[in-house]
Amino acid sequence: MTFAAVHTAGADLDSASRPGGRALRWLITRLAGCLFVLVAAATITFFALRLIPGDPAQAVLGGPGSQASEAALNHAREEYGLNQPLIVQYLLQLGRYATGDLGTSYSLHEPVATVIGQQLGNTLILAITSLAAAWLFALLLAMWSARGGRIGTAIGSGLEIVAAAVPHFWLATVLILLFSSTLGWLPAVNVPGPIGLVLPTITLAVPLAGFLGQVMRESLLDATASPFVQSVRARGESELGVLWRHTLRHAALPAISLSAWALGSLISGAVVVETIFARPGIGRTLLAAVSDRDVPLVSGIVLVVALVYVLMTVLADVMDRLADPRLRVTRR
Amino acid sequence: MTRPSITEVVCYAVILFLVVCAVAPWMLAPGDPLAIDPSAAFQPPSFSHLFGTDESGRDLYTRVVYGAAPSLLIGVAATAIGIALAVVLGTAAGLGPRWLDFGTSRLLEVLFALPGLLLALLFIVVYGPGIATSTIAVGLATAPGYARIIRSQMRAVSTAPYVEAAVVLGRGGWQRFSRTIMPNVGASLFVLVTLGVGQSIVWASSLSYLGLGAKPPTAEWGALLAAGRTYISSFWWLTFFPGLFIVLSAAAATVLGRSWQNRGRRA
Repeated sequence: MTFAAVHTAGADLDSASRPGGRALRWLITRLAGCLFVLVAAATITFFALRLIPGDPAQAVLGGPGSQASEAALNHAREEYGLNQPLIVQYLLQLGRYATGDLGTSYSLHEPVATVIGQQLGNTLILAITSLAAAWLFALLLAMWSARGGRIGTAIGSGLEIVAAAVPHFWLATVLILLFSSTLGWLPAVNVPGPIGLVLPTITLAVPLAGFLGQVMRESLLDATASPFVQSVRARGESELGVLWRHTLRHAALPAISLSAWALGSLISGAVVVETIFARPGIGRTLLAAVSDRDVPLVSGIVLVVALVYVLMTVLADVMDRLADPRLRVTRR
Repeated sequence: MTRPSITEVVCYAVILFLVVCAVAPWMLAPGDPLAIDPSAAFQPPSFSHLFGTDESGRDLYTRVVYGAAPSLLIGVAATAIGIALAVVLGTAAGLGPRWLDFGTSRLLEVLFALPGLLLALLFIVVYGPGIATSTIAVGLATAPGYARIIRSQMRAVSTAPYVEAAVVLGRGGWQRFSRTIMPNVGASLFVLVTLGVGQSIVWASSLSYLGLGAKPPTAEWGALLAAGRTYISSFWWLTFFPGLFIVLSAAAATVLGRSWQNRGRRA
């Protein structure tokens, strides 16, 4: 037995004596990393938005066109703490963020936290249904193209590439033309309830399914060709059993690891999709805030999206460890 | 070298066609892309107007063909910016000392938390909308992804036996980088660029569509789509054809990139 093997075996005994101890330590380290990423994202956003040319106090009062008086400017500087040194403003900002205070929107004159609170739910619902739909499409596509023979694989992988290359706005246009204008089955603009969710969900899900399908198919093919599958087949397991009990797990693994990235791409896709379908949500709010140069709203949304993203990476890691026992045994 | 497959030939043909559109649009579309003819507004696709006409009676086919140059140029420029940044970051992390790798990798992690369009939008808030800013924004937003790939490539290549051989032969740092490491990373960089151009075209046209990039009457594809958006329910061709060209160019670049990647893997 080599030294390394002894070492690992010892570590296993160690963790066995304290069940959950290492998992907890892993989770704490992971969350500390997330906190660092959030603080850094807030820092980048703060200093980047300070590069906007012009007087920030003027921006508070609606830009150079508003012709604000000197007194009003001074008042705004006082109110938003703009007359303090930059580093003090930065630290105060971080302090407010830590207490959950995201500032007040210039354009909506409402607390940013309230605005985001009203909009985030809509976008998360859209993103989660799209993620689920993309998983389903991708899995079906991968299963079909992995076992469909040469022609099936060619068609499947062609579909995946085209799906991955389709821009959201064009897909939305085609879907609206087909299902709303021509067939009249589904509404083109947002209506309350699940029916209004169908077209936006498909729009967001298809390009993502193209990406996920490519990844899933490759790992599905790798798994199918591996020796353990041969031995399972030799024991007389049915095709469906092989797929369900053995190879599907392998196909799902890389896709799980990608789901944080996927959620991120869905949120940036939501900017386009919510605009086209006139659906309320964080993406459309962000676009409006960008056009208005509403600094607190932009930085608030950026921070919340970063928060959702890092929480999702942790969740994906946890799911990875649940789906793949190997990650729990080997030292990380 | 294996023979190119039918799919690859089709992709080469599509790209050749798009390049001709971009370099010599008058060869494919003899008309003037800005010539208006109010009496012929909103004509559906026909033999005289292949893709129909827009609200001022401008021929959409001509406009889409002329739109290839700005659209492809923006895509290529954005990719060049993204890859150039990524090469600097990826090289620093992949070949530099440990602390530099640590710092750069943390920076990339932070940038990953601002997914996709978010980073691009942040840049546009600061510098305002327009063709130049949206191009830089797309380059900036795609750089972290490339940088991570380049870093791992640099890592893999720099520990390869032939680099050790170069050390033994007494090659200096710069010479080792330019003569030994770069040529070996170059092939995968080339694939990355091909895949990236497709993505950049899609992103840049998304920004134009949102009104943050190229503005009408520029015949850029995203701007054409944005202009046609108003008439989406009555005049479908105004959004369908510009979008089709975006899909075609992105898909062709992606397919070629992937097949080169697979060849590299098999070789």
